[in-house]
This record gives sequence, structure tokens and C-alpha cells, in this order.
Amino acid sequence: MMDSLILRTGVRLLLPLMLLFSVFILWRGHNEPGGGFVGGLICAVGFALHALAFGVKAMRDMLKVDPRSILGTGLLIGILPGFLGAFSGEPYMTAQWLGALGTPVLFDIGVYLVVVGAILAMVQTLMAEGDE
Amino acid sequence: MILTAILAIILAAAIAPTLNRVLPALSHWLLALVPLSAALWFATQIPGVTAGTPVLETTSWAPSLGIALSFRLDGLSLLFALLICGIGAFIVIYSGGYLRGHPREGRFHLFILAFMAAMLGLVTADDLISLFVFWELTSITSFMLIGFNHEDARSRRSGIQALLVTGGGGMALLAGLVLMGMASGEWTLSAIATSGADLRTHALYPTMLVLLLLAAFTKSAQVPFHFWLPNAMDAPTPVSAYLHSATMVKAGVYLLARLNPTLGGTEPWFWALTIAGGVTALWGSAMALRSTDLKKILAYTTLMALGVLVLLIGIGSDGALKAFAGFLLAHSLYKGALFMGAGSVDHGSGTREVGELGGLWGKMPVTGLFIAVAALSMAGLPPLLGFVAKELIYDEVLRSGHYLALAALLLANAAMVAAAATMFFKPFLGSATKAAEHAHEGGPALLAGPGILACLSLLFGLWVGLPQGLLGAAADAVRGAPLDLELHLWHGFTPALGLSALTVAVGLGIYAGLPGVKNALTGIQQVTRIDHDRAWDCLLALLDRLARWITGWLQDGMLHRYLAWIFTGILVLLGATLAVRGGLVWPGISLEIEDALGGSLALLMLGGTVGAIRARSRMEAILSLAITGMSVALFFLLFGAPDVGITQLMVETLSAIILVLIMAKLPMLPPGSDRTGAAKLFHATLALGLGGVVSAIMLAVLDQPLALDLSRFFGDTSLLEAHGRNIVNVILVDFRGFDTLGEITVVASAGLGVFALLRARMGKRGRS
Repeated sequence: MMDSLILRTGVRLLLPLMLLFSVFILWRGHNEPGGGFVGGLICAVGFALHALAFGVKAMRDMLKVDPRSILGTGLLIGILPGFLGAFSGEPYMTAQWLGALGTPVLFDIGVYLVVVGAILAMVQTLMAEGDE
Repeated sequence: MILTAILAIILAAAIAPTLNRVLPALSHWLLALVPLSAALWFATQIPGVTAGTPVLETTSWAPSLGIALSFRLDGLSLLFALLICGIGAFIVIYSGGYLRGHPREGRFHLFILAFMAAMLGLVTADDLISLFVFWELTSITSFMLIGFNHEDARSRRSGIQALLVTGGGGMALLAGLVLMGMASGEWTLSAIATSGADLRTHALYPTMLVLLLLAAFTKSAQVPFHFWLPNAMDAPTPVSAYLHSATMVKAGVYLLARLNPTLGGTEPWFWALTIAGGVTALWGSAMALRSTDLKKILAYTTLMALGVLVLLIGIGSDGALKAFAGFLLAHSLYKGALFMGAGSVDHGSGTREVGELGGLWGKMPVTGLFIAVAALSMAGLPPLLGFVAKELIYDEVLRSGHYLALAALLLANAAMVAAAATMFFKPFLGSATKAAEHAHEGGPALLAGPGILACLSLLFGLWVGLPQGLLGAAADAVRGAPLDLELHLWHGFTPALGLSALTVAVGLGIYAGLPGVKNALTGIQQVTRIDHDRAWDCLLALLDRLARWITGWLQDGMLHRYLAWIFTGILVLLGATLAVRGGLVWPGISLEIEDALGGSLALLMLGGTVGAIRARSRMEAILSLAITGMSVALFFLLFGAPDVGITQLMVETLSAIILVLIMAKLPMLPPGSDRTGAAKLFHATLALGLGGVVSAIMLAVLDQPLALDLSRFFGDTSLLEAHGRNIVNVILVDFRGFDTLGEITVVASAGLGVFALLRARMGKRGRS
């Protein structure tokens, strides 16, 4: 944890913006530069900065869930929709579309969550070890 | 339907632990229904298959690699499939009774059903790659079964031994199958079987043969790879019963039988199989006579049976293959019954030592009856199936004039008579011992399996016409051409019958003088002084030491030395490839600095690099590197790759944060070793070399004409087929989504890996 007023104030202002921006980047990724991977990275950077400024416990309190659960959820969201095509006899991970909503979007959300979960799991473990 | 059967058994395996929790008293009966129905389905295929039309099934698996899940049910596969599912069903029932109340009963059923599915896949697979996959699955699942009592160090050791020996054979199998596929150009067994003559004269034939024989001999425990089989006895009895009667160890025999039309009939094949088979048969019988543990006796008689089966395939004449099919069935039936019976004796009386058993007939009459019937079949006495099979063997070996083999078989069979007598007379009819006092009969679950298998031994013996069609079809499949098989219980006063009588006489003689025989055999063993188990332990210890030595040398605990190894490896591999492939050409691009912004970014990168090199503290180095990284990100943003740019920016930020977190905790480097002039020179050379090679590759790549057809393809189809205008993202989540799935799995493992590693370290520190 870094006891720095500039960092703390900056993070307080930046984090909501970064989270919003990361979701925006995730959403627009299909048509404009962006996507789940970058979005996840932005979100993770936001939380990592928060952890740097306020300590890992504050970050975990704000996150409410264990990063590893985020990671697992993301992996499941990435894997499961791929089976939807099987109902119409198509190979695994053939994209299924319902209007603007399709399995690739779900998959992208899965990527986003995996990236967030994995990075925050690392950050949290690394920082927690320092605390002791 | 074959695939369905396999999947159904896997499904049963998956639900077994839960089912066992919910219905502990009933789960084994319910689970057994699955292999039983599979067996019934296979039974309905008998008429078609015996008429000469095998069942074929193909499901695409990895079409781009030409690998399919193809299955083929001919006589040989069908015989095996019936044994696997039929005996398997009774084993499941039996194990429910045997392990009643065991805390891991559900897990046991999970393992044994998974093993069953693997075995079924192995004998029905037509595709070479699926054959290999199922083969390895049997090794892995049997490892879990043999090591089931994992608190016991002996069980663990035996499990590992079985896994290493049979798994090592599996590696040879893969190599052999690939060679076979390359040599014939075909990747299914049925297609390869038609090109047998070409294969046998192919230049790769000797290599192929050695590899495949290695696989079959390790799996089927032929001398000198036999030592794991008796140790595998540490598994719970139902496992031994299954492994020895119908599965696992017969997988090697199956492979040899399956390959006989393709690779068989040559001189090397004949000698390798007859010698290995004959020696194994003799060794197994000798060891069976020496043993005093019921299970050990049975394990060594399995060695004898496997040896005989291999010997028969090696001889390979029509008669030998008929005898092979007959003996395969006879052995599976009586061995399954005897093993389960021996387990019941152990279960009821608390011991398996022949010396401590006696007078069980009064307490366990039903078990005793079943054991008696099965033992008669093992001894090869009429009117049981074992007799029919033995007559076929004698008849053929006598006719073909392999007198050495005949002598070996005679001795081995006589030993079987003695072993069969040992199994029954003393434990059941001998004077009552302490073990007999509290002995009790097993429940229906314990009696069903041995009862039915013993009855089948008798039924098939009395009514040999019943299994005749299937056995004929199996022999056809091993022969690769039709032959006709006619079985008779009574075939007149023939020389074979005389040999049978002689066998029984010698066998009873051996039984009468068993203590003397044991002493003599001990003498032989002392003379030869081969202790395979000790040799095995030495081998493993040696391997262990070697591994530790290499590890200590490569990984001495200093991070910078790990990195030096890694980077040296990359440098050598990349550099060598570049040099060998002639990639070291000066590209035809000119270095003009047209763009002031690009030029200043390049300078910034250089500055960051110099800063990192000159840095006095770690923090300084990290920040300098971040300057370089950020400049690269700006490059991407400027030159039209915004996706890559943003990603690079975020990755740079994150790596700076994570590096700061890590570096803050690393201890200061000790002065000395890596600070000397020589070490610095080495690091500088390594860094410059690696940088130079990577730059050379980049320049060489730039020199290549840019292939635009891929970009054009993605540009044209991304909106139409994937409903997205951002090609980069569409490729990531749709066109190559499967790759991305792999990548995020790696990301996830990395996150969990960091967590697990650091947690383990913290835990250790907390305890100390």
C-alpha cells in the first residue's frame, strides 16, 4: 500500500471512470477497436491501482467476491455457450445469433471476466503476502 | 451404438459416487445394469458378426487431422466386448458386496466403470489414434484401481509400477502405430489389415515390430516385463478379478491378435512370440506352485495363461488360432470365478494363506462349489470348457510338431492341475483351522459373479455348440481369413487325450509332492538370483538421482540464472533455425527517418533501454522499461493498430504495477557471483545476441511479400458471417474462438498458479 494523497485522490476519481470505460470498450469491441481482453485489462488496472492506493483489503471489500470466483465464472461463460450449436448439430463453438445478441458476445464477456479474475487474483496474492 | 455403450458406461461412472451416497445398498445393482445392457446389446450382434458382417461406426473427431472415432465390431472385438461388459457387470455387483461400507465405495465404482469404458473402447477401436488413446486410458484407470488403497505404501508403489511399465509400453505403441500408419498410408486397422503383405516386407517392419511387441508384452506382463502383475495384487480383489480375467492384461494379447493378420507369420514374429510366451508360461506356473497366497497363485496362473495365448498367436496356424479363441474364453470365465471366489474366502475367513485355511466346506459350501467347478476348468478336466480348450491346444501343437512348445505346455498345464488342487482341496476339505471357525458364506452380491461364471464354464463345456459360432468368428478375425471351427467335448481316443491324462497324472504328482517341488523351485530361483523387484527399485532410484542432479544443476534457486538458461535456450533455438534455414539475409528495406514523431519515439525507446541498463535500483529499472513499453504502445496507436495499442498500454501499466509489487519484496542481490566482470560480459552478450536474433527475424519477416488473402478473407466475411466490423475482435471471439478459449484457460491457470504457489510458501512459513 502506498500512502500517497495524489494516488488516492486520483484513484477515487479514476476508478469509476475506468470501470465504465472498460465496459464500454467491451461492448463496442465487436465493431470498433476494443473487446473483452482490453476491457478486462482496463478494469483490472483500475482495481489494481485501488489496491495500491488503499490496500488489498479495501479492494476486496469493494469487489465483494473472490477474484477466483470471477475467474471461474468467466471460464464457464467462455466454455458453455459453445455447446449451444450442438442442438442444431453444428460443431463446438459455432456462433449462434439471436438478432444483435450472439454467443461471441457472451464469449467476450467470459474473456473479460477471466482476465479481471486472473490479474486480480495475482495482485491480491502478491500484495497479501507483503502484508504479513 | 458402440460409442453409445462406451458413453453410457462413462455416464454411469460419473454418477456412481452420488448414487452410492444416495442408495448405498442398491447402487452396485443399479450400476451393473449399464454394462449388463451393453453386454446384451453386444449379444444381439452375434448372429450378424458370425455371419461375417462386422458392425462399423464412425464419428468425426478431429477431421482436419484425419482422426475419427471409428469402431469396428468383428468376431475378436465382439468376444472381448462381451467379456468386458458381461464379467464387468458381475464385478460391479461383486465389488458392491466386497466393499460394503467402505468409505470410498462410490469412488471405486467410478474407477472401475471408467476402466471398463476405456477397455471397451480399446477392443472396438478401428482408428489407430483412438486405439492408442483408449490404451493409455486403461493404463491410467488401472493405476487408480491398483493404487486404490492409497494409504498403503505398497499399493502406491504397485500402482506406480504398473503405470510406468504399461505406460512406457504405451509410448512404444504410439511410435509403432505411427510407423505402421506411415508405412501403409492408412490409419484404420481394417484398412491396414488388407496391406499386410506390403507391411511385412517394408523397410520399417523390424522397428515397427519391436515397438508394438514392446507395447503388447508390457501390457500382458510377458517375461521380462512380468514383475508388475503379481504386485498389482495389492489392489482390492474385484480389481484383480477383472484385470486378470477379461481386461487390462489381455489388452496386450488383444493387440497381438489384432495385428496378427498384418504383421504376423514372419520368422521374427514367430520366434519373439513363442519364446516370450513359452518362457512366461513356464515362469508363471513355477511361481504359482511356489506361492501360498490364493490371490498370488491365481496371479501367477494368469501369467501362464497369457504366455500360452501369446504362444498360440506366435504359432499362428489355423488350429492354433482356434485354440487361442477357445482358451481365451475358457480362461476368462474360470479366472473371473476363481478370483471372486478367493476374494469371498478372504472376506469370509479373514485370510488368503493356504496354510491357514481348512475345513471351509461346512461354512461356505456355495463358494466352495463354484470354486471347485472353476478349478476343474482350470485343471482342464471334462466336461468343462477348460478341457475343450486344452484339447484344442494339444491337438494343434502335436500336429504342427513344435515339440519344445509341447513340453513347455505339458509342464505348465500340469502345474495348473496342481494349482487348481491347491485352490480347492486344502482350504475346503482339509482339517478345520482357526480361520474356519468364524468363516461365513457371502451374500448374493458376492455369489452372483463366481456362480454365473462357473456355470458358464460348465454350460459351454457341455454344450460346445453354443459359443462355437462366436469363437469361430474370433479366430477368423485373428487369422484375417475365414476358417471353420468345430468344437467337440468328446473327440475320441486321440493322442491329445492321452496327453491330457498324462497332464493330470503329472499334476497330481506335483500336488502330492508339493513341499519338495517348492524346495526345488526355491533352489532354481537362488541359482538364477533374479530379483526383478529390487532391480526395478534400483532403476527408479537411479532415475530419481539423475533427475535431482539435473534439476540442481539447472535450477539452483537464483532467478537470474533461470532466466539466463531460458534466454540461452531461446537464443540457440532461434539462431540455429535462422542460420540453418538461411534466414540471415539483409532485407531490401531502407532505413529512412521520414517521420519526426516516429523518430523521436524510437529515440525515447532507446533512452528507456539505456536507462534500464544503467539503473542503480530495481525501481529505476522498472520505470525505465515502462518508458520503452509505453513508446511501443504509442507506435501502435500512431500507425493504425489501436487494438494492439490499447492492449499494450494496459499490459505495460499492469506489468509495472506487478513488477513493483514483486521487486519490492525480492531480497537485494548478494554482491559477488553475478556482479563480476565475467558475469556482466556474459549477460551483455546474451542480451545483445537475443536482441540481434529477434531483430534479424523481424527484418527477415518484413522482407517477405505481404500475403493479403487472409486479411481480404476476414475483411470480406467478418460482417457477413460474424456480424462484426472489428476484424481483430471477430477473429478473436469467432473465427479463432477456440484458440482464444485455450488462451484464457492459460491466463486462468497462471492466475491460479500464482495464488497456489504463494499460498503454499506462506503456509510453509506460517508453520515453521
